[in-house]
Amino acid sequence: MNYEAGQYDIIVVGAGHAGSEAALAAARMGCETLLLTINLDMVAFMPCNPSIGGPAKGHVVREVDALGGEMGRNIDKTFIQMRMLNTGKGPAVHALRAQADKFAYQHEMKKTIEETDHLTLRQGMAEELIVEEGKVVGIVTSTGAIYRAKAVVITTGTYLRGKIIMGELMYQSGPNNQQPSLKLSASLKDQGFDLVRFKTGTPPRVHKDSIDFSKTEIQPGDDNPKFFSYETVSSDNEQLPCWLTYTSEKTHQIINDNLHRAPMFSGAIEGTGPRYCPSIEDKIVRFADKPKHQIFLEPEGKNTSEYYVQGLSTSMPEDVQLGILRSIPGLEKVEMMRNGYAIEYDAVKPTQLWPSLETKLVDGLFTAGQINGTSGYEEAAGQGVIAGINSARKVQGKEPVIIERSQGYIGVMIDDLVTKGTNDPYRLLTSRAEYRLLLRHDNADLRLTPIGYEIGLITEERYQAFLNKKELVSQEVERLRTTKIRPDAAEAMLVAANSAITNNSIDAMTLLRRPEITYAMLEKVSPSELPLTDEMMEQVEIQIKYAGYIEKQLIQVERLNKMEKKKIPDDIDYSDVHGLASEAKQKLASIRPLSIGQATRIAGVTPADISILIVYLEHYNRVIAARG
Amino acid sequence: MVYDTIAAISTAVGEGGIAIIRISGPDAIEATARIFRSRIDLREAESHTLHYGHIVDPKTGEQVEEVIVTLMRGPRSFTAEDVVEINAHGGVVAVKKVLDVVLLQDGLRLAEPGEFTKRAFLNGRIDLMQAEAVIDLIRSKSDRAFSVARKQAEGTLSKRIKALRQTVIELLAHIEVNIDYPEHDVEDLTSAYIREQSDKTLDEIGKLLKTANEGKILREGIMTAIVGRPNVGKSSLLNMLAQENKAIVTDIPGTTRDVIEEYVTLGPIPLRLLDTAGIRETNDIVEKIGVERSHTALEEADLILFVLNYNEEMHEDDRILLEKMADRPVIVIINKMDLSGKLDMDEVERLCKPESIVRMSVLEEEGLDLLEKTISTMFFEGQLSSGDLTYVSNVRHISLLKRAQQSLVDAIDATHSGIPIDLIQIDVRSAWESLGEILGDEVGDSLIDQIFSQFCLGK
Repeated sequence: MNYEAGQYDIIVVGAGHAGSEAALAAARMGCETLLLTINLDMVAFMPCNPSIGGPAKGHVVREVDALGGEMGRNIDKTFIQMRMLNTGKGPAVHALRAQADKFAYQHEMKKTIEETDHLTLRQGMAEELIVEEGKVVGIVTSTGAIYRAKAVVITTGTYLRGKIIMGELMYQSGPNNQQPSLKLSASLKDQGFDLVRFKTGTPPRVHKDSIDFSKTEIQPGDDNPKFFSYETVSSDNEQLPCWLTYTSEKTHQIINDNLHRAPMFSGAIEGTGPRYCPSIEDKIVRFADKPKHQIFLEPEGKNTSEYYVQGLSTSMPEDVQLGILRSIPGLEKVEMMRNGYAIEYDAVKPTQLWPSLETKLVDGLFTAGQINGTSGYEEAAGQGVIAGINSARKVQGKEPVIIERSQGYIGVMIDDLVTKGTNDPYRLLTSRAEYRLLLRHDNADLRLTPIGYEIGLITEERYQAFLNKKELVSQEVERLRTTKIRPDAAEAMLVAANSAITNNSIDAMTLLRRPEITYAMLEKVSPSELPLTDEMMEQVEIQIKYAGYIEKQLIQVERLNKMEKKKIPDDIDYSDVHGLASEAKQKLASIRPLSIGQATRIAGVTPADISILIVYLEHYNRVIAARG
Repeated sequence: MVYDTIAAISTAVGEGGIAIIRISGPDAIEATARIFRSRIDLREAESHTLHYGHIVDPKTGEQVEEVIVTLMRGPRSFTAEDVVEINAHGGVVAVKKVLDVVLLQDGLRLAEPGEFTKRAFLNGRIDLMQAEAVIDLIRSKSDRAFSVARKQAEGTLSKRIKALRQTVIELLAHIEVNIDYPEHDVEDLTSAYIREQSDKTLDEIGKLLKTANEGKILREGIMTAIVGRPNVGKSSLLNMLAQENKAIVTDIPGTTRDVIEEYVTLGPIPLRLLDTAGIRETNDIVEKIGVERSHTALEEADLILFVLNYNEEMHEDDRILLEKMADRPVIVIINKMDLSGKLDMDEVERLCKPESIVRMSVLEEEGLDLLEKTISTMFFEGQLSSGDLTYVSNVRHISLLKRAQQSLVDAIDATHSGIPIDLIQIDVRSAWESLGEILGDEVGDSLIDQIFSQFCLGK
């Protein structure tokens, strides 16, 4: 018997990394929000690796933070190791990566959600969408509860018709043996959605006391950890190391001997797995020449003995998994606490979404996270915060927020998904961004805080601090531009840095552009009177040192922005556009790009088609104008 | 609306006396001013004025062509943008040279089919009725361009470009993987490796660009001058070359120079013989010493055939000429090998490169094959007879190859000045994109595909 269980502005289905962000954003923007999860103990759970960040992913966490999302603050509270990666490379690819205490992480997030105004957290499994006249108006749960809302965000992760596969064993399940969501897929299909089957996997977990760490290399965290959130200024979290070991010849032998039992190769797995995250059996088959593979042993938390075996994702039978583990130096006597497995699930083809993450088929329905074909906690959070913001803005009758490719990795990811779709689970890489140098992790606040503030997710206090930082940075850049340094004052520094000495006075900015001169050196010769923090000094240094490259990319962005700004009206009928190739007509009609810029990125649409489209639009606009 | 700046030859390609290169867009005037040497600075010139001067390659300072430049400031122009038209009168070759220099300027690119007309329409210069005509123009021209491109894509050029791109993408994937998987145990990416891969690619691009020159030679013939003192056998050599090719000997009256050219082929090699009339005229009368005329030939010819008489001692004039020609593409023909040797061959070998000496007897018709081989080695690295050479002839291709070349040179420079790899990547990536544009490939996901097929990555 169904019953009316309540009226909300927004319902978020699923409380993983996408759902948590979506619900928090919507509620903080003043919408009455319901967050539904199959199991209340699984809020913001990390079913796979106990870490957050890294190249591109860490950038996204900072972007989420700049937009007023929670992931950055939450990991800053609960990390057990923090490392800055890529420090030997340019500033754009420095990347923060944290090991999380996965249990603390989920508890902290749950607490935040529970304490947020306008947000109701409830256990329940959504089974059916209620859609009236093409518009979503609510959902029905397995217990018959009818929740009504003006917008619904679906963030089901890997739960949709989830199926765990391990060796010959196969059963319906969500991640980590959670109850799967079996009926919602059918409801989506009823609404006309095209679903695909994707696959991912996770490695076994082992007991700390059974590891011989003496046979592994220690991987400690940074002595002076940096943080993800621009709000976090310090932390007294104790750090734990990770450990590095390698597969052995024996490992490869065991895998090769048991390939006939591997679901990857027996045909038992039908879902498409991620290329960047292959199972160990996949790696050994595809890269047969590689004699050994890295294995990182990562603690899952402070109050647990479980260790995550990074690099050993597998769906081999349990007995083979144990054999594989024990063939690895340091793990000869290891106790396996949980086995690894592969999991298949339904995802929505993301080309069925607008860049706002609202679906084109059902008004008011949004999807975010793994259901959109991505993988990774950070990718999920990035979409979650956008879906939360845009569902709230929809309810409030405002225009959606769309992050441009030149503004953030979140923009790159969403544009890739809705414009090109994806054939396998999508992972963000810095190489997906054409403006990598502009999308640095150090300037995520400069890029996105104004947006976060404008939509009401960044507090006045934080915004003022942000403006202050911006002002001080530009004052210091100006100071260096106008400060002349005499040759005798510069000489000691230049000699020490093995840099050419000068005969004339030279401005500090020009000196800082030399690769071998750092801001710290310059600061000693020409100290600043401004109250600059380390973060601000870093910003000054990057802005000056890489100005040439940054300028070049900005020119490109400006050029392309003209295309992005050329909007395509929603009611355009592509079959009516004389001269378009038929493939282009079909692709354009299916993707329905919002701008010429987006249209140029659709596979199969040629430059000639774009030219024709521009001419048509001009014609169209003149006709409209002529009609008055 | 502001666009980028485009350029193209806007007159029909053919043997017309004058050809026009049209440049339209915000950088049109600035870019032209940089390569136009004239009494007036184009930047300050008034709209709708004509200017005489020379197009100069700013890199080499070399004078490329004598031109008249027309300046039209927007919106009073065909496209309603700033437009510069360069009128060149040296025929197709000279115009292509000019376009080459134009396209190397920052901010300029070759116009797409129908693009000038498209701009004229978008900027309101053409009325609504013509919109459909514009579309048809774009469509038909692109389709034609596409079919040409496809033909080329099936050819050897495309194979070579694809191979080049593969080298670049492997390097790129290597850089990317170092950035995106910093803890992964992939091979270290050293500056030496980046340089090695870039050099390899630069070599190949250099070879391709050289074929652009070879292609031109094949179309137009090698400008060849036969020089030497009287009675060494110049005219006999000319007659022999001409006789061999009686059917295709043509007289081409020059447009700017008062010389007669004769077009002959030696095996597969086309030669354009300079000033043959001069040789003929002096055939039966006492020949003037050819030194004066040879000076001109030295300046202009792609190839100099310098004829010496084996049966005669070396004259002081010969020595002077040989020294003058040391840096020029010269083949020293020792004629009359059928007679007794009075020429000091040791001295000859001291004065020129031994591999450029061809021993012949024009009378006995001997040594022609050796001459052919020597020319072939000199101009085509000996490969011409294989019939399998790839020629880059398309202006767009040449300018894209040059762009890729510049990007890789920049990348190599960057490795020397300690610039981080993610910035070097920007140059490598633009090289890859320029090469891709030649094939019309979409950038798409191929880099990501390459990363995951080249490296074993995973959690």
